[in-house]
Amino acid sequence: MIEIQNLNKNFGTNTVLSDLSLNLEAGRIIGLLGPNGSGKSTLLKILAGLTSDYRGTVLLDGHRPGEDTKAVTSYLPEKTYLSGWMRPVDAFDYFADFYADFDRVKAAEMLKQFRLNERQPIKNMSKGMQEKLQLVLVMARKAKVYLLDEPMGGVDPATRSAILDVTLRQYQEDSIMIFATHLISDVEKIFDSVIFLGYGELKLFEDVDRIREKYGKSVDDLFREVFACSVSL
Amino acid sequence: MVNTVIQLSKIKQQYRFFRRRCRGKGETVENDFDSNTPIYLQLVKLFTIRIAGGTWIPGERVMSVRDLAVEFQVNPNTVQRALAELEREGLVYTERTSGRYITPDLDRIRSARKELTDRKVTDFVSQMRQLGYDREQWMALVEESLKTEIN
Repeated sequence: MIEIQNLNKNFGTNTVLSDLSLNLEAGRIIGLLGPNGSGKSTLLKILAGLTSDYRGTVLLDGHRPGEDTKAVTSYLPEKTYLSGWMRPVDAFDYFADFYADFDRVKAAEMLKQFRLNERQPIKNMSKGMQEKLQLVLVMARKAKVYLLDEPMGGVDPATRSAILDVTLRQYQEDSIMIFATHLISDVEKIFDSVIFLGYGELKLFEDVDRIREKYGKSVDDLFREVFACSVSL
Repeated sequence: MVNTVIQLSKIKQQYRFFRRRCRGKGETVENDFDSNTPIYLQLVKLFTIRIAGGTWIPGERVMSVRDLAVEFQVNPNTVQRALAELEREGLVYTERTSGRYITPDLDRIRSARKELTDRKVTDFVSQMRQLGYDREQWMALVEESLKTEIN
């Protein structure tokens, strides 16, 4: 479903992704893990078709990410692009206009599940509420590829659990989901496999249960071990 | 007087509701998963306990993979793998058109239950021995604990 070969990306003289190669199958939920600044967001932006000045091959269902793939890709960015005056109903209109696969009924249902008011302007919402709304918009599409960049950075543990519920409930079995996060212990059980990205390089790509079989450790424990030396204070 | 009674019954009702909600969750708190065993094996064990203990009724349909994934907050493919394992063990079976069911074979369920209990009892006895209790002493401890539970 997603094919990445020898992907390189620089910001000026700064290398962000270096010679990355990966093949990801459909029907899987994949954790994209790495310390801050390890290139997770950049990789997701490339897959979402928002960044195109890279070297190497990136194919999404056989196409280069861009106009062709936007219709089948549902991307949740790190920072919101919704305007403060918008209310959830306005955001729904906006999404329904843009994306043929946006399911308004499903969106309203999820909004209710999160106990959000569909007429409350975004600028009056807490960070957690905004994150929930953003997730509702992204998950209410029937896409082939879901790219979630830190979907629950600013929320409390109970809300995290609610977000995981909604994610698992809405997840389409034949699609692929890449979920970037650093809250590993909270979410590792929902992943099929995880990618460890360390300063642009692929450190590990393995099934979650294989990690437990092989190392006798959770993903969280292994992550701490792999990156213990590379994070300096 | 009547008011207090009504209020009390209301509180009881709420308490029961609360208990119900928490019991459902309590069985499956995420922390119940330990970090060094594959998740699917831990699911196999949790599901087996439900079948052996009768929470999942013999001959009834197994919950959908998605519902199980949401309840235990785990990956759907992992649930699938655990159910496949239970199928190999003869505790669930698949009806070609209508889905997955708990085995109606009570002997099989009883043997699964026995296996689980035997292990627990052996562990308990050996731990009591390690702590220096003899048979009489730990039997007394069990009696005592049962008494406090009733109270």
